[in-house]
Amino acid sequence: MSRTVTDVICPFCGTLCDDIEVVVSDDGRKLHEVYNACAIGAEKFLHSQAKDRITRPRMRQDDGSWKEITYDEAIDYTARILVNAKKPLMYGWSSTNCEAQAIGSEIGEVVGAVVDNTATVCHGTSLIAVQDIGIPSCTLGEVKNRADRILFWGCNPAHAHPRHMSRYSIFPRGFFTGKGHTARKVIVVDPRPTDTANVADIHLQVEQGRDYELFDAFRVAFKGEQLPDFVAGIPKEKIYEAAEMLKSGRFVIIFFGMGVTQSLGKNHNIDAAIAVTRDLNEYTKAAIMPMRGHYNVTGSGQVWGWLFGFPYAVDLSRGFARYNPGETTANDLLRRDEVDAVLVIASDPGAHFPFSSVRKIYELPSVAIDPHETPTTEVCKVHVPVAFVGVEVGGCAYRMDNVPIETRKVVEPPDGMMTDEEFLRRVLERIKELQGV
Amino acid sequence: METVTLTMKNQPDLYLEADNITPDAFAGKKVEEIADLHVYVGREQHRLGEFFEVSGRAGATPETTKIVINGDLSRVKYIGMKMTGGEIVVNSDLDMYVGAWMQGGRITVNGNVDSFAGTGMKGGELIINGNAGNYLGAAYRGDWRGMSGGKIIVSGNAGSDIGTFMTGGEIIIGGDVDVHVATHAEGGRIVIKGNAKSRLGGQMVEGEIYVFGTIDLMMPGFAYRQDVDIDMDGIKGRFALYEGDLGERHRKRKGQTIYGKIYQLIEA
Repeated sequence: MSRTVTDVICPFCGTLCDDIEVVVSDDGRKLHEVYNACAIGAEKFLHSQAKDRITRPRMRQDDGSWKEITYDEAIDYTARILVNAKKPLMYGWSSTNCEAQAIGSEIGEVVGAVVDNTATVCHGTSLIAVQDIGIPSCTLGEVKNRADRILFWGCNPAHAHPRHMSRYSIFPRGFFTGKGHTARKVIVVDPRPTDTANVADIHLQVEQGRDYELFDAFRVAFKGEQLPDFVAGIPKEKIYEAAEMLKSGRFVIIFFGMGVTQSLGKNHNIDAAIAVTRDLNEYTKAAIMPMRGHYNVTGSGQVWGWLFGFPYAVDLSRGFARYNPGETTANDLLRRDEVDAVLVIASDPGAHFPFSSVRKIYELPSVAIDPHETPTTEVCKVHVPVAFVGVEVGGCAYRMDNVPIETRKVVEPPDGMMTDEEFLRRVLERIKELQGV
Repeated sequence: METVTLTMKNQPDLYLEADNITPDAFAGKKVEEIADLHVYVGREQHRLGEFFEVSGRAGATPETTKIVINGDLSRVKYIGMKMTGGEIVVNSDLDMYVGAWMQGGRITVNGNVDSFAGTGMKGGELIINGNAGNYLGAAYRGDWRGMSGGKIIVSGNAGSDIGTFMTGGEIIIGGDVDVHVATHAEGGRIVIKGNAKSRLGGQMVEGEIYVFGTIDLMMPGFAYRQDVDIDMDGIKGRFALYEGDLGERHRKRKGQTIYGKIYQLIEA
């Protein structure tokens, strides 16, 4: 027999949907079916049941093959590479819970590591901009209940955050938005005609890498100043029209993604986007929100924010927190040979970092802590499989609008598997033994 | 002026953080005391003398102390950080943060420097006989008060993000620059003798940018005003004057709105 667990949180993307239903066996050891989730989220739940799942740590041998080791051996190896390094890099953190992130931060302090999360190749640039000029933001609840002007800039939620548009941004009927999408105007700025752009009232097909100029043009248009005939490949009439559409709304929300955070200008693009939002507040109510990717990358920034004062790329090597993206960011450290050991947890730099950085991970003492077999586990010396957070263990996660949501355990992990939190706690104990403190 | 000579003898395993290499830290110290100053490699603290041969003599005050550094310093950070006086001459390439938060004195680098040179500079002179990296004379992360005084002269090219949040002082680039010049600037002057790419003066409130070469793309927030003749401090010729960033906030003085200014050379 089976039973249905309701109100489950989906641990995939930053939308952190909280209406998932999961069918599990009576003894809670098997997960059968997933309802309400998008295709990606459902796959994440179902993958915990994979027959070929790796359930014990393994160490790379000289001939390239894997040898199964015990968790104790993996704990000892991890502790030793961190203790022996002068400046280890502890990267990832975005697909685990805040509890594990907090213990990881303590390890970072004890060994003098650089801790960095996936924001470094994602929305870290947004965080720089927020630090530079602040951010007028809101929650997704406010968007659902109030927003009638939706602007998607350099993001494609139809594919990356599949339920975002139906739950929060375009289609839902909220308290002051009873007519749903019929009363909302949608603008999409993207160089490509995406599936999100297909549902837009206005699609501004910006020239690649000219977002900063277009943001600036919007600000000029709001003030009624003269624009050149074309900005970023878009005729000025269309920019004035879009600016007017935004100004005439009751509540404007700007969502932005990696199309602006990781293209030319990076933090400057977001800086300008926030300035656009600030300007709009002269005429109506406006807010802006990054479309965070991993389900708890926001939480990682929160944890380090409260512990160290900085949301990513925190260098603890000198005993106090330093932060300077461009120097203390994972790729710069790897590329420049600034670190001498690497711990990767809850992320996959092997698939997303430039080859030059991945090669450095391969050359250094390295551990990957991840439930899955990934390109990263393929280049690391030791792979530690752990339980799925949000499926096999609960814990706190932060949604893209900085709302903390407690994820739930719905099924038992395979026998004898550790969680991120347990593993890191044991590593911390072992480090203290090795350091004799 | 007394001179201390440092010669690099051992390379660090990772990078060397040498924020103690300043006339301020050296002044009034004997050679042995200078060799005992701290440097860092990762989390490990070392003596300066483990990496450098120290010779010569330091002056009694920073103003009377000159430091000459030889050897390969391409993995050394923070040279001349927060110095208030005296002189440093480096005969090598340098890594990040040379002259960061510098307040006075002079640094001459006979080589290239990496990013964040002259970060948050307040005074003094930083002369780079080579190329500079990104964030030259920019604000430290999150600070809205960037370079406020002093002078940076680069003979070669410079990277992106020059003079971010600049409020005063002068940056002169002999060659070309990458994108984002004087973003958010509220004062100061940047002279580019070569070519510029795009995004000059984005979100600029006040200040001046002079470009002798080409500009790939002008910001839409900058409007052409008029041609002007200029002859001052080595800037001579007929320039096209653009004002902006029109989208940004601007102060008024005597009823006149004050804009950021970009001057582009038409003819010398």
